[in-house]
Amino acid sequence: MTSRDLSYEAVLSRKNEIMKSSMQLDYEDFISSPIAFDYERMMSATGYSMDDILRIQRDTKVGNTPLYELKNLTNAVRRISTPGKGARIFVKDEASNASGSFKARRASISAYDAQKKGYKGIIAATSGNYGAAVASQAAQRGLKCIIVQELYDSRGVGQPEIIEKARACEAYGAEVLKLTVGPELFYMLLRTLEETGFFNASLYTPFGIRGVESLGFEIAAQCRQMIGKDPEAVVVTHAGGGNLTGTARGLHIAGAKSTRIIAASVDLTGLHMASDRDFNRKSFTTGHTGFGIPFATWPDRVDVPRNAARSMRYMDEYHLVTQGEVFYTTELLTKIEGLERGPAGNISLTAAISLARQMDQDQVIVVQETEYTGAGKHHNSQLSFARENGIEVRRGDPAEDKPGKTIILPQHLSQIQSKPQDIDHLRKSYLANAASRYPVEKWSKTDFDFLAQDVKQTTDWVHQNLPV
Amino acid sequence: MEIIPKGTWVEIEDVILTPEQRAPSLPEETKKVPYVLRASGFLIKDGQLGKEVTIKTIIGRELTGLLKTVNPGYTHSFGKTVRELLTIGTEWEDK
Repeated sequence: MTSRDLSYEAVLSRKNEIMKSSMQLDYEDFISSPIAFDYERMMSATGYSMDDILRIQRDTKVGNTPLYELKNLTNAVRRISTPGKGARIFVKDEASNASGSFKARRASISAYDAQKKGYKGIIAATSGNYGAAVASQAAQRGLKCIIVQELYDSRGVGQPEIIEKARACEAYGAEVLKLTVGPELFYMLLRTLEETGFFNASLYTPFGIRGVESLGFEIAAQCRQMIGKDPEAVVVTHAGGGNLTGTARGLHIAGAKSTRIIAASVDLTGLHMASDRDFNRKSFTTGHTGFGIPFATWPDRVDVPRNAARSMRYMDEYHLVTQGEVFYTTELLTKIEGLERGPAGNISLTAAISLARQMDQDQVIVVQETEYTGAGKHHNSQLSFARENGIEVRRGDPAEDKPGKTIILPQHLSQIQSKPQDIDHLRKSYLANAASRYPVEKWSKTDFDFLAQDVKQTTDWVHQNLPV
Repeated sequence: MEIIPKGTWVEIEDVILTPEQRAPSLPEETKKVPYVLRASGFLIKDGQLGKEVTIKTIIGRELTGLLKTVNPGYTHSFGKTVRELLTIGTEWEDK
């Protein structure tokens, strides 16, 4: 045990040195101001090519997941669409990765790099599928693994979905530090990194995001083989931004430059993410607006000096769906497509139903993930738990859904209506967040150019939309 | 009190930060409760429920806390059937 000061403030003040020794990646090399940094140079500093990534992932049972056409769902959507509308819906069955989700891609390069650099173990702070992914990759590479997880409220009660995710980590041989609600998860991560000297397999490092690039790369290759063209749209469940960033970058590397990148999150507006009370009133623990909006409008709120997941760089549209719509879609996927998958992986599928209705029949929309299912990670578990915790669950009009109070399962497929968000508004929020950290008067040309790229706009646009 | 023998798989609980030591700007309901850790491992020495013990985790690290549960397991399930889901996608309702 260390004799260092373990108070909250003292541990956080040692953040930079802990980060540096736990990744051997010096972010100072890329940073040019409190805002700007050389993003592409940081991403290539990982030293891995797409071929390397595909090879590393093949070695640990990651990637090459099937792309399925959902013909029955497409037909169901066409029946409720105007004539000629109803794009073909495809899904990338990421549940077939080792550990059961796309997060295996995200963990694989970190685990490889940790092993190569001689670390004895790896640590990740996450309450998502990422924990199981890191644990599974660590198991295959002979690394020890610790997962730091927010699991319970102060009564010791946890969502069945999160409890299942902790179980999966332990099943793969990880030590799980199970914590109550609070942003001090980051403190606990730093403390444990310092105590153990293990590798920091943060979700937001270049290693993590580069690992997801293979997902977009495979989608382009599979679409060309199956339908002879790139898909018109790819829908991505959006939380911290890594899924979207990695997938979009992979599509670009494959040359699929005209494919629209559409983000989708579950609307949990009004529920506070650090609230001990709201913790168990959410029926989704990821893929929701509590992460999606803050991470889109300020990505650098993470456990590394600069976030490699920068969703606004790649996002063309952003749609919200309700919890009830996703649970309905999850049941429908099971019943008419014969695919029983976890609800959190079906957020983007729900948005795709709504989007396909607006698209022509010869167009293709790809849902880029599924996740495994089982006790706890199942829509029936989550709905049953919600009901026991006083949330009203009923069939009806999803427009009446109130996060934390009511979950409305649509009565009919035609009621699934994803809500498009104002992307320019998000871009302006991003600029305002940048200005609150570094005043506009101090922004250099490099800062303006960086911000323009980071919000997928021109430098002129940034000048015209400066925060007031 | 019953002695829990050395080597038993147990769960401990440890207060990591008291309410006063917690991060600034937390919501009220979070601020007033401690930040608590639970972890599982094998008892290094005989122990008693509610008393301080040290465990060796599955990766061999030693952690100290109050002995909370003997042979902790998982009881999460698929839950009680939510009737409203059953008919979705079947002939009971059109799609």
